Amino acid sequence: MGDLKLTYQVDGGDLLQAGEASSQMKMALKKLDLPPEVIRKASICMYEGEINMVIHADGGHVEVTVGMDAITIRLVDQGPGIPDVDKAMEEGFTTAGDVARDLGFGAGMGLPNMKRYSDEMEIDTTVGVGTTVTMRIHIA
Amino acid sequence: MTVSELANILALQSFCLPEPGREVTGGYVGDLLSWVMGRAKAGDAWLTIMSNQNVAAVALMTDAACVVLTEDVRPDEALLRRAQQQSINLLGTKRSSFDTAAALKDLLR
Repeated sequence: MGDLKLTYQVDGGDLLQAGEASSQMKMALKKLDLPPEVIRKASICMYEGEINMVIHADGGHVEVTVGMDAITIRLVDQGPGIPDVDKAMEEGFTTAGDVARDLGFGAGMGLPNMKRYSDEMEIDTTVGVGTTVTMRIHIA
Repeated sequence: MTVSELANILALQSFCLPEPGREVTGGYVGDLLSWVMGRAKAGDAWLTIMSNQNVAAVALMTDAACVVLTEDVRPDEALLRRAQQQSINLLGTKRSSFDTAAALKDLLR
């Protein structure tokens, strides 16, 4: 059996609507025979990534590949890029605005949470061009 | 203890209860959604005063057993709709987060 590939569009702008892609992915993963904790980790990683895309990059798209050994989540945006990745990875550091903060986001936990719940994470970013975050969550 | 039992014992208001039999194994209190995403565990009863629709998404992603809106906070229409769509147990209480957490802790002992 080949890998299962899923693709989701993430619309920018409306933070209230964010989470649609992650919700759909979670529903799709639940239909597969995967450990609940793996689905949970993948869902949190994807949701934080989706929120980041909406807050910072006016949306983008996500490619999810479910293989035998791992779930790979690739978040691709054409946003402003991340000038200082090490800084962005620090818990509590944020450049999110008041709107995000009022809704309960912008605590500077997004990228740290993605790192925490993925087994591997890679950030490929160029200022002015965009960011691609690739996360792998191992299955068993 | 199931969500339904928790709701009965603490006299919680039920806004949306699609999975009353979900087991409550712990609790988490928090209003910063990313913080909750990072720290809440599957099976937690999540106590919060946030009432926008992202609450349903966070509950879904973290596998929370239920959301308890404290301090007499009520869900906005969008949250209620999303909770129904995504089978999220959404409860409410007039008690403070502190009092609710203390009561929950007693019940889980």
